Amino acid sequence: MDVELLLRVYPFFLEAALVTVQLSVLSIALGLVCGALGASARLSQLRILRFVGAAYVSVIRGTPALIQLFILYFGGPQIGIQLDAFTAGVIGLGVNIGAYMTETIRGAIIAVDRGQTEAARTLGMSRGQAMRNVILPQALRLMIRPLGVNINAQIKGTALVAAISVVELTYTAQRYIASTYKPFEMFLLAGMIYLVIISATGAAIAWLDRRVAIR
Amino acid sequence: MGLDFGVVPGYLGALSVGAGWTVVITVLAGAFSIVAGVLFAVGGLYGHPLIRYPVKAFVWLFRGTPLLLQLFLIYFGLVEIGIDLNAFVAGVIGLGLHFAAYNADIIQAGIVAVDRGQTEAGRTLGLSRYQTVSRIVVPQAVRDVVPALGNNMIALLKDSALVSVIGVAELTLSAQLAISKTFRPFEFYFAAAVFYYVINLCLEAALSRIERRMEAAR
Repeated sequence: MDVELLLRVYPFFLEAALVTVQLSVLSIALGLVCGALGASARLSQLRILRFVGAAYVSVIRGTPALIQLFILYFGGPQIGIQLDAFTAGVIGLGVNIGAYMTETIRGAIIAVDRGQTEAARTLGMSRGQAMRNVILPQALRLMIRPLGVNINAQIKGTALVAAISVVELTYTAQRYIASTYKPFEMFLLAGMIYLVIISATGAAIAWLDRRVAIR
Repeated sequence: MGLDFGVVPGYLGALSVGAGWTVVITVLAGAFSIVAGVLFAVGGLYGHPLIRYPVKAFVWLFRGTPLLLQLFLIYFGLVEIGIDLNAFVAGVIGLGLHFAAYNADIIQAGIVAVDRGQTEAGRTLGLSRYQTVSRIVVPQAVRDVVPALGNNMIALLKDSALVSVIGVAELTLSAQLAISKTFRPFEFYFAAAVFYYVINLCLEAALSRIERRMEAAR
């Protein structure tokens, strides 16, 4: 273990970790928006929207995130979409995790007992009112844990943008592996930073889950 | 520049070969990940402390870090300790170990869920501790977690695209080779996506068959 080397390079890893955190936060936020829209589409009364929602989930979940990222970043300019690597990374990762979140959110909504909708409708609420006032508040509680699983996966998933040369944690580790020939040290350094980010996020989600639990 | 899918048919042969390698990698890494997953699960639950804690630490580390980082570690790291693997072997080992860590967690949950009476009955009938675990508990545990393992195999298929980054000639890399000759990234990545989608559908169909058979065998 070359401690001196670790002490010399760790500031660069921390700087890169900041980019990983930014990528995670932005892509997860976009993913939640896509997931909410996707779930609404999949549960819509309009057949065409249901189809669009199902197609989104199937295509995104049926192909590798890396290929989606490459289509957007390298193929985008051919159809007039010119993005810098970071933006392409955020959009590509966000749309990708959004498909998984669509299913998580839809699952939580479906899991709320049907009797709740029936009762709300019987009390004279419209479909929209029943969803907003009765179903969603309960579904939100149910979806925190599984969304946490999606978020955990996404934090690790941000490493993919190293392949389009965004200077984040994995790209930095790769560069230092190539220049120092110390793969184990670089892996452990980057790995520990990922584990800290993931553990902190996991703790925050567990706290949130406990806060909203029905007692 | 616009789109011109007319260039794709000329490379369908090369893409198909790449797709074949993607299937080979997925099958090899998948089999490795399940065997290693069982070993890690058993080692983490029943092993001597000298085995148990390193296994737990490994599972924790490999579940908490990105696959791409692990591939770099294995591809470059093993050279460092004198083991010179080609990219293909490094890719299969990297994918296999990554998913073994996830499988281990699932299988452990399966083992814990097997009724205690099964272990007691096995021991009462005179089987050794090892025999009880390997012949009674693990087979039932694995059967119970087949759907969850199947999900991991689907994720593995898609994540196999990552080994292109260390230079394994599979589907993604064969698309990249075609792009380097034609300068048509959109068309060829799109074509690769179609290939992945079809392989994915086949894998899902195969998995649901296996699940049904497992269900019937109960």
